[in-house]
Amino acid sequence: MIGLEHYLTLAAMLFVLSIAGIIVNRRNLILLLMCIELMLLAVNFNFVAFSRFHGDETGQVFVFFILTVAAAESAIGLAILVVLFRNKRSIAVQELNTLKG
Amino acid sequence: MTGHVMNLMDYLVAAPEITLLGLICVVLIADLFIDNEHRVRTFWISMLSLALLLAVLGWSAPDARTVIFSGSYVSDPLSQILKVAAVIFVAITFMYSRDYLRANDIHKGEFYLLGLIGLLGMMIMMSANSLLTMYLGLETLALSQYALVAIDRNNVTSAEAAMKYFILGAIASGSLLYGISWIYGMTGSLQFHEIAAAVSADPSLNDLPLWFGLAFVIVGIGFKFGAVPFHMWLPDVYQGARTPVTLYIATAPKLAALALILRILVDGLGALHETWAAMILVIAVLSLLVGNFVAIAQTNIKRMLGYSTIGHVGFVLLAIFCGTGQGNAAALFYMLTYVIAAAGAFGIVILLSRRGYDAEFLSDFKGLGTRSPWFALMMMFLMFSMAGVPPFVGFFAKLNVISAVIDSGYTGLAVLMLLVTVIGAYYYLRVIWYMYFEEAEDQAVLQASADTKVVLSLNSVAVLALGIAPGWLLALCVQILG
Repeated sequence: MIGLEHYLTLAAMLFVLSIAGIIVNRRNLILLLMCIELMLLAVNFNFVAFSRFHGDETGQVFVFFILTVAAAESAIGLAILVVLFRNKRSIAVQELNTLKG
Repeated sequence: MTGHVMNLMDYLVAAPEITLLGLICVVLIADLFIDNEHRVRTFWISMLSLALLLAVLGWSAPDARTVIFSGSYVSDPLSQILKVAAVIFVAITFMYSRDYLRANDIHKGEFYLLGLIGLLGMMIMMSANSLLTMYLGLETLALSQYALVAIDRNNVTSAEAAMKYFILGAIASGSLLYGISWIYGMTGSLQFHEIAAAVSADPSLNDLPLWFGLAFVIVGIGFKFGAVPFHMWLPDVYQGARTPVTLYIATAPKLAALALILRILVDGLGALHETWAAMILVIAVLSLLVGNFVAIAQTNIKRMLGYSTIGHVGFVLLAIFCGTGQGNAAALFYMLTYVIAAAGAFGIVILLSRRGYDAEFLSDFKGLGTRSPWFALMMMFLMFSMAGVPPFVGFFAKLNVISAVIDSGYTGLAVLMLLVTVIGAYYYLRVIWYMYFEEAEDQAVLQASADTKVVLSLNSVAVLALGIAPGWLLALCVQILG
C-alpha cells in the first residue's frame, strides 16, 4: 500500500534534485529554468498528497494557482534570457560575472 | 472554506485593490495612445491614479479588523498604514524617476505600469490572511520587479542583474512554497487564524515536521528581505538595475516584506515563537555584521546603500525576534522611517546622474557642498538619519528596537547592536566627508525640476521633523501592534 509518506519522500527527492541541479549546473541557464520548474512540481506533489490525506480540496486549488504562476514565471524568465542573450551572446551561467555578489 | 456567500460588502472592503486593478487597465490602454514625446502624460495618469487610490483607501477603511472572501483577505489597521505608505512611496519613486528616465531615453510606459502592478502585489500581501493570498501577492510583486530590472534592454549589467534576481527569487519562492506545503500538511489549513488555532489546540503539532516547513518558510522570507546568508542578489540588483528601479525596489517592497513576516510568523505561527526566534536570531545577527562591515569596503554608492539595507534589515528582524508587541511595533516604526530615508538617498543619487552618465560612485559626491549646497544638506540629513544620529528619526528607530530587545532580556544583543551602529556610522559619515571636505572633480550643479525639488526637500526634512516629533507615529505603531 502506498501511503502519504511515500508521496512526501518522492516530493522531497524531486525538491533536492532540483536544488542540486541549480547548484551543480554551471553551463546553461535554460537548465536552471527547468530545475526551477521541477522545484515547483515537487511542491505540487506535496500539496496534492496532503490534500488527499486531509480530504480537503484547498491544497488542490493551491496547485492550480502554482501551475498558473509557474507559467507566468517561465515567460518572464525566458524573456529576460532573450534580453541577456542579445546583449552578451551567451547564456552560460559562469559568464554572469560582471556583478560580484 | 465553503458555506460562505460572498456579499457586496466584501467588495467594498477590498475596494482599494479592485480600484487599482481597474486603474492599471486604464494606464495600460491610455499608454498605447501616447507617443514618445508625450510620454510624460503616462506619468501624470499614473500619479492621478495613485491619488485616487489614496482617496479610496481612506474612504473604504473599515473601523475594525474585517476578514472577507471566506477568510482569505483581511483589512485591519496594519494593512491600512502599510498600504497608505506603499502608495505614497510608489508615487515618490515615480516623481524622482521621471526626469532621469526621460534624459536616458528609457522613458517607457512600462516603468509606471510595472510599478503599479507591483504595488497591487504589495497591497495583496499586506491584506493577505491566507498563505495562498500571500503567495499570489508575492509573485505579482516579484514578477513585475524582475521585468523592471531588465527595463533597459540594451544594458548588459541590467540584464545580468535581472537574471540573477529572477533565479534567486524563483528559488526563494520555491522554498517558501515547499515550507507552506508542510505547514498546510501539518495543520490542514492555509488561513493564518486557523493555523494558529490548530497549533494551539494540539501542542503535539509543535514538533519536527512543522519545524521543517517553518525552516523553508524562513529561508523564503530571508531571501525576500535580503537577509544574510540569503542576500547575494541584493547588492548586485541594486548596482545592476537603473537607479529609478533600484529606488523602487529599495522602498515600498520592504514594507510588503514586513507584512509577509508579521502575517506568517506572528499571526499564523505565533505559538512556535521559540522555534522561529532561534532561526531569525541567526540571520538577523549575520545581517547586522555582514551588512555593516562589507558596506565599509564599497566604492559604489548603490552597492553601499544595498549593504546598508542588509544591516537595517538585521535591526528589523531583531525587533521581530523579541516576539513582543513592543518589538513588533518597533519593527514597523523602523521599517517605515528607514524607507523614508532610503527614498530620499536614492532620489539624490538619481539627481547626481546626467544624460549618458550614471553617478554610481562615492567620489561623485565630492564637493557637492559647494556645487549644490541645498541638496548636500538634504543628503546630510538622510545620512545622519541612517547612521542613527540624534535628533534624526533613525536614532529613535534604533532606540526603540534596542529598548525592545533589552526589555525582552537580551542585554548582550543590545550591546552588539550599539557597536555595529557605531561601525556603520563610519560609511555614512564618509559620504558627508566627501560632500563637504573634498575638492569637486567636476563642477556640475544638480538639476531638478521644481516639483521634484519640493518633494525631495519635503522627503529629507521629514527625516528631521519625525526625529524631533516621533511621538505620534510611534504611538500609532504601538496602537496597531503593541
